[in-house]
Parts: sequence; C-alpha cells; structure tokens
Amino acid sequence: MNFQLNGKQVELPEVVDSVEKLLTHYHLQSRIAVVEVNKEIVRKEEYETKKLSNGDVVEIIHFVGGG
Amino acid sequence: MLTIANRTFQSRLLLGTGKYPSFEIQKEAVTQSETEILTFAVRRMNIFEESQPNFLEQLDLNKYTLLPNTAGAKTAEEAVRIAKLAKASGLCDMIKVEVIGDQRTLLPDPVETLKASEMLLEEGFIVLPYTSDDVVLAKRLEDLGVHAVMPGASPIGSGKGIINPLNLSFIIEQSKVPVIVDAGIGSPKDVAYAMELGADGVLLNTAVSGAKDPIKMAQAVKYALEAGRLGYEAGRMEEKDYAVASSPTTGMVGS
Repeated sequence: MNFQLNGKQVELPEVVDSVEKLLTHYHLQSRIAVVEVNKEIVRKEEYETKKLSNGDVVEIIHFVGGG
Repeated sequence: MLTIANRTFQSRLLLGTGKYPSFEIQKEAVTQSETEILTFAVRRMNIFEESQPNFLEQLDLNKYTLLPNTAGAKTAEEAVRIAKLAKASGLCDMIKVEVIGDQRTLLPDPVETLKASEMLLEEGFIVLPYTSDDVVLAKRLEDLGVHAVMPGASPIGSGKGIINPLNLSFIIEQSKVPVIVDAGIGSPKDVAYAMELGADGVLLNTAVSGAKDPIKMAQAVKYALEAGRLGYEAGRMEEKDYAVASSPTTGMVGS
C-alpha cells in the first residue's frame, strides 16, 4: 500500500487497508487523534470499515500546545 | 463568573498551552492559574518519530474546556477545515478563529476572520474570533452572532500590553457578548488593566509560559485578574488634574 501520510510518501504492508489498521500499525489506537482521508474526516465509528486504497492522502491530526 | 454561549466558568482567565519549559511546570502553572479554559493548536501528529508526550493526553478532561485555535490558517476555508478537525475529536465544540493576515506582525486578517466566523456559526460551532482592536469589526462580528469577541491588546507574543485602551473600551462598551482581551498581554499589570477597562476575560499564553517562573506568574495573573475585576465592579474614583487633599483642611496645628 502506498499512501501520502502526513505529507510523506509511505509504503506499508498490503494488510494495512483500513484506518483502524493504519492506526494500529503506528501504535496510535489509544491516542487522541483525528483522521482525514482525501480531505474527508473519518468518524471514529468508521475506522474499521473505512478502507484505504493506493494513492490515498491521509492526515493524522492531534492537539498540541498553542495560544 | 464568565458565561460564553450556554457555558459558565468561575475563572475569567483563558490560558494558552504553548512553549512551557517542561510538562511538570506547565501542569503546575495551569493548576495555580485556576483557569478552566485551555487553548490548543491543531497539527499533524509526528508519527515518524519516537512518540512524544502530549500535554492534552495527560489532562483531566472533565476539569477543562478545550478551546482549539485555527492558527496556521491564512484563509477562511483553511480555518473551517482546522475547526472541523478539532471538533471531530469529540472533545470540543468551541473554536478560537485565528486567521493571520501578516506573518511579521501576526495580525489577524479581518475579512477572512469575518468570513470564517460566519461559516463556523452556520456549522454550529461556538465561535470566539481573535480580532484586531477595530471597533467596527468587533461590532460586525457580534452582529453575525459570535459568542465572544477577542480583540488583541498588541501583537501575539510581543508582551507589549494594551497599546490602545480607548479602542478596547469602545469595544467593551458596545458589546453584548463577552469581550476577552487576547494576545500581547505581558504582565499582571496588563491583565489588571484589561479587567479594569471592563473586559469579561483575558486570554494569555507567553505571559505565563515565557516568565522566568511560570508557576509564580500563573498565580500573579490570577490575582491581577481578580483585582482588576473587583476594581471595575467597585467603580474607580473620578480623575482630576489638580491635587485634592485627603486630610482635613481645617483645624491645622499651630494656625
């Protein structure tokens, strides 16, 4: 699987084909995060069912310190 | 008490979470400040490096209301995208609209701020726009239905304090929604001044995080805020050009 993930091209095993599996791959399941695929926000309930395909643009977003 | 939309807060201080020397100091500063509203920025997670501790994930989220900002946005559309990402966390529905129009001064873009506020109100957000101290713009934002206006005291992170108190007092006088003085606050003196002008609250970050002792400064701004508010409610004495003796002018000894 080839994605553009947070601005970087990444090549991941073929089994990483859903948002859920992508988060697990990076050990992010328990983190406070928001996922966007091709500029569309993926709701948490859809993590398992939201399939990823080659060429998808994925953003994993979180909250950082700011004023 | 500070009321924004349908929420009430005991504290009138909104505290930023950026640029603290350490998480331990930050945690203690936040506690000492007694704030109930914390601001955050929305960014890409740094997933390609060793996981960094995240301040938000260490907070008791029942105790704080999160106010994410749209910092990084240069257009209304970018601000809306960031706001929607923040809301999708399921942790907040308030948003600080921050659309920067000039990178050197970090002053807000009035046109894009107005546009973003309108779009976000339509999306059902509780909208708190960071704006310049422009009196008419503040009115236009209020007319849109924003839940608070947040005029800057001076440029973000400058610590220059309140450079146009007259404009701020005009904004406060005309406003029916809370006015929160945001950006440029440098010291407790500025906090007290903003509150004496009649502001409903103050949002600051670097004044605390950039102090030599952020924990002590967090306490100082808390007291300054309370002092300023009490002073405002008490109503200050009339100012005069010439001296008026405080002691009796009759019965002088030796006369």
